[in-house]
Formats: sequence, structure tokens, C-alpha cells
Amino acid sequence: MSQIVQFFFSGLTLGSIYAVVALGFNLIYSTTGILNFAQGEFLMLGGMTAVTLARFTPIPVAVVGAVVIVTLCGGVLEILFFRRLRRPTVLQMIIITIGLSIVIREVALHVWDEKVRSLSYFTGNECSSVRVLGAGISPQVFWVLGTVALVVLLLHLFLHRSLVGRAMRACASNPEAAMLAGINTGRMRTLAFMLSAGIGALGGCVISPITMTQYDSGAGLAIKGFAAAMLGGLGRPMPGVLGGLLVGLAEAFSVYFGMPAAYKDATAFGILVAVLFVRPQGLFSSGELQAGAQER
Amino acid sequence: MNTGKTAAGILLLTLLAVAVQVGASVSGRDYYLTQLTMAAYTAAVVMGLSLLVGYTGQISLGHAGFVAIGAYTSAFLSTAPLAHASGTALGKSLLRFHVLASRPELYGDGTVVSLAPGLAFLAGLLLAGLVAVGIGYPALRLHGHYLAMATLGFGLIVYRLVLGTAFLGAADGISSVPPLPILPGVACTGEPGQRIANYYIAAGFTLMVLLFLLNLTDSRTGRALRAIHGSERAAAATGIDTAAYKLKVFVLSAILAAAAGGLLTFYRGSIGPSDAGAMKSVRYVAMVAAGGMASVWGALVVGFVLTFLSLRGCFGSFDDAVFGVVLIVIMSFTPEGPFGPLRTLVVRFRARRRPALANGESEKEIPRVVA
Repeated sequence: MSQIVQFFFSGLTLGSIYAVVALGFNLIYSTTGILNFAQGEFLMLGGMTAVTLARFTPIPVAVVGAVVIVTLCGGVLEILFFRRLRRPTVLQMIIITIGLSIVIREVALHVWDEKVRSLSYFTGNECSSVRVLGAGISPQVFWVLGTVALVVLLLHLFLHRSLVGRAMRACASNPEAAMLAGINTGRMRTLAFMLSAGIGALGGCVISPITMTQYDSGAGLAIKGFAAAMLGGLGRPMPGVLGGLLVGLAEAFSVYFGMPAAYKDATAFGILVAVLFVRPQGLFSSGELQAGAQER
Repeated sequence: MNTGKTAAGILLLTLLAVAVQVGASVSGRDYYLTQLTMAAYTAAVVMGLSLLVGYTGQISLGHAGFVAIGAYTSAFLSTAPLAHASGTALGKSLLRFHVLASRPELYGDGTVVSLAPGLAFLAGLLLAGLVAVGIGYPALRLHGHYLAMATLGFGLIVYRLVLGTAFLGAADGISSVPPLPILPGVACTGEPGQRIANYYIAAGFTLMVLLFLLNLTDSRTGRALRAIHGSERAAAATGIDTAAYKLKVFVLSAILAAAAGGLLTFYRGSIGPSDAGAMKSVRYVAMVAAGGMASVWGALVVGFVLTFLSLRGCFGSFDDAVFGVVLIVIMSFTPEGPFGPLRTLVVRFRARRRPALANGESEKEIPRVVA
């Protein structure tokens, strides 16, 4: 029993980080139609920046600083690389974001070298644990779960209650109509990039003590985030969060049920490919693919 | 396409290949040939991918997976010992007909019996083709982002499988792959004495791929593929079986990738999981993009030159970054590839220098009539 709880929490922790990545994907995808292959890089940048800042400031300040810096980075990327594209083809957008992810990774390699770093635990240390149903859970796990839950809640309120959030959803559902209604779609796109960069950076900070951060840790997260976003249906933020938790749990329990640990990563990729082939509209959607997904 | 021009291009390329070899040998830089050989095989992969991405408009972010399937099948089947087979009557006759091959043991004086390298190579092509059918059939119904992710996921699964499987050597890969005999006395192998021969094997293979793809793109099939790229629905409306064509091209480019991967493995004598990595797939796409997407010639030249420079270590610690920058710059400024705008510039320049000739073209006459 305690073992199951242990695996459950480890899956939930990883899953909530995949959920953060999926959230970022979906925000950008629904607002701009771009699938940002560099999403994982935001988490890496957040973690790395926070580690560097933490040398000079207390951890909370370092985390806030990292989130602000990466948020600005996200905005700059959109303005530099995507705003000027007139009618980009899907192929063009995919290739540009892949190129960006490579360049960001390589820049990080030259700025921070290839050492594995991590923030120190927010409360306690590596050895401290909280007993839950006989299993030992690190306090950082609760930090991760709490932060992700808060982010999801705030984002949901933002998208549904605030005027800006509603404008953003209008862009997602019909850009032309949104433009006619007086919404500056260009600014909404920049905002979407900034938001998902910021959310990614925060996720990268809270998970850093557990999984460590390295210049190339973004790519793996991005793929898991894809799987999560696909599971929930691309372009739908909240189901994507659920998808993230499912992918994390599937990964953790695949090891529990005797899958060789070397193949653990293949689980998420297997889910990704299986969902794409069987239910490309996502698990929780009854309808057809979105119009945009068919042939954009 | 102009047949005379193509023939001239191929002749020029052949002469260039010979000149490079003679130049390298005369100046005592034989070691260049090693990287040139490897670059030629990579260029073949890039050409096959350009058929899929450039002509048909279907992205594949998992082509390193197919290279790895070809490479690992060749390496595994030609090295896996079949010791019990050599004693039996069946085993002996199979040995006589070159279905099995024996080679001296690496450590010790016995001999090891394995499947003949040629058959192992063919098995790699077959497996890659079968996997491509299995993956391509569901994947090619997807479009855009979905197809990109499906192929990326496929490539990563292959990578994880070869990395985590003990009989494929896990992180070490498979080494001491035997030579692949091609002609009596000539084999695809990394042995220094065969370096020049192998350079020509690689050049010949790449030329054959080039000729085949040029012919294909110039045929009814090629026009159908371009129609699919333009608009899949319009192509279907004119009676093109888009699904069948897409699958065929996918399988074809997968088999080409596997063939290049297999030959590269026999040449290097080893294969490791890094050749299956996602970054490799992205590099192939980068080279297709830099070559002008729908251009077999561009894919050949860019694939060959960039891979050679990368193998020579010209990019230093910015090796991956170079490919990333290539992707961003090409896609942001000239999504149709750098050669199109360049050609327009050249044509304009010529027209300005030789107005008499240019006046003969109708393009120049139109403004005068309007005026």
C-alpha cells in the first residue's frame, strides 16, 4: 500500500510538471496556432536563471526574478520571430520553433556549461519527508502540487473572468471576429507567449530541487508535455492539465508494474503516438478535430 | 525538367567527385575521404527526406529512427553469432551459398558464423519499409502539427528502445561490424586500404539516389506529389489517390534512409544510439530546408557540405547551434529555400546586363504595351 502511495505521488509530481508544459503549449496554440516546440526550454531557462539568482538573493526573490526574466524572454521571442510572419505555413512555424529550441539550448550551454544544477529545497532538505499513508513524501512535492494547482486556478479565473483573458479566448476561437470586435490580436499573441513562458519558468523553478536542471532538460519535458496536451485535446488548457497528470501517473506505474526502467520514457511517447493514431481530438472531447487542426 | 541540363549536372558532379578524390590523394589528405564518404551517405538521407517534406509537404521529425532501423538491423544480424548452425548440414550448405558468413573471432582463434552482411543489409531495408508502412498508414492521415508530433514520437521511441535494449548494445551500440562485400576484392568497410574504393561506393550510391529521385520527381508521380503539396483536397479532386501516394513516398524515403544508415554502419564498423537521436532527425530537416525544400539538388549539395563541415569540426562547440540558426533564418526569410531568391537575383542581373536578349522575352514587352 505505502508503495502504491509512493508511486502515486511521484507520478503526480512529474505529471503536474507535464501539466505545466501542456498548459503553455495550449495557451500559445489556441491563441496563435503555433505549436511551440521550445516550450520545454522555458522551464529550463526558469530553473537555470533561478539557480543563478539564488546565489545573490533568497530563493523567493530568485524565483520571482526568474519568472519575470523568462516572461520577458517569451515576449521578445514572439515579437522577433513570429510577429513579422505574414501567413506562415504550419511547416514554417514548426521548423522555426524547433530552431529556437535548439538555439536557446545551445545558448544555455554556453552561458551555464553542462553541469547539472538545482535550487535548494524550499523547505527542509533532501532527507526530510512527510508521512502520508505510510509513504515518505518530500515537502517539495507539496510545493510543486500546490504551485501547479494555484497556477491552474488563477489561469482559469484569468481566462474566464477578466476582460483580457476573455479577449484572449476570443482570439483563440475566431481571430477575424476578435479583430473586428476591436481586440488587438497581435498583442494577445505576445501576451500568450509571455504567459506560457512565465508559467513554464515557475514550473521549472519548483521542480528544479527534485529533478535537477541542465541545459538540455527542456527537450524531454516538451515531448511529455505534448503527450499531455494531446491526451486532453490540443488547444484546450484545462483538459491538458488532466492529461499531464495521467501521463505522469502512467509513467510512474509502468515502472511499478514491472516495465524495465530503461523503457520508462518510451511510455509517454507510446501514449503520444497511440492517442494521435486513435483519438487525435483527445480523450475528453466528443467532437471532431477543431477546424484549425484539420488543414491549416 | 531539362534532360540535357540534368545530364550535364550529373556529369559535372561525377567529375567533381573524381577531382576531389584525386586532389585529396595527391595532396596527402586521404583522411578527408573518410568524412566525405560519411557526408555522402547523409546527403542520401537528406535527399530522400526532401522528397517527403519538400515535394509532398509531409513533415517527418523521426527520420533518424529509420536510419537507425537500417543501421541496427545490419549491425545486429551480421554480428549475432549463430554458432550452432555451422555444425549442421543445413548450416554448411547455407554457408556455401553465402546465406551465412563466417569470420575469424575477434578474441581467439575460432570462427564466428552469422548471417551474410548483404542479407543483413537487405533485412534492414525490409524492416524499415515494414515499419514505415505500419507508422505511415495511421500517421499520414494526420496533418501539420499532429504529423510532426507523431513522427517525433516514433523517432524518440526508436531511440529509447535501442538505448535500453541489451542485445542492441544499449548505450554502447554494436561494434566490429564485418565488411559488406560489394565486388570481389571491394567491400564497404572502414579498412584504410579500402578508403578510396569506399569513397566511390558512397559517391556511386548517392549519385544513384540522385538520378532515381530526379527521374521520380520529373514523372507523373512527381507531379502528383507536388499537387498534394499545393492542396491535398484539390489533388484528391483531380483523381490523385493522395493517401496511397503519401504512404509510398513515406516508405520510399524511409527505405532510402535505412539503406544509407546500413551502408554507413558497414563503413564505420559500428553503430551507437546517438545516431537515432531526435537531434539527428532535426538536422536532416534543417538540411532539407536549407537546400530549398523541394529541391533534390539543393538537398544533395547542402546535405553534403554541411555534414562534411560538421564532421570536420568546423563549427566547434556551436555544432548544433549552426543547424538551429539555419532553420530559423531560412524559414523566417526564405521559406522556399535560399536558392530561389538567389536565382531570381542572377536572372535580373543578367537581364540588366544584356537588354537586347532580355527584350526578346515577353516579360519585358508587357510594360511597353501598357505604356
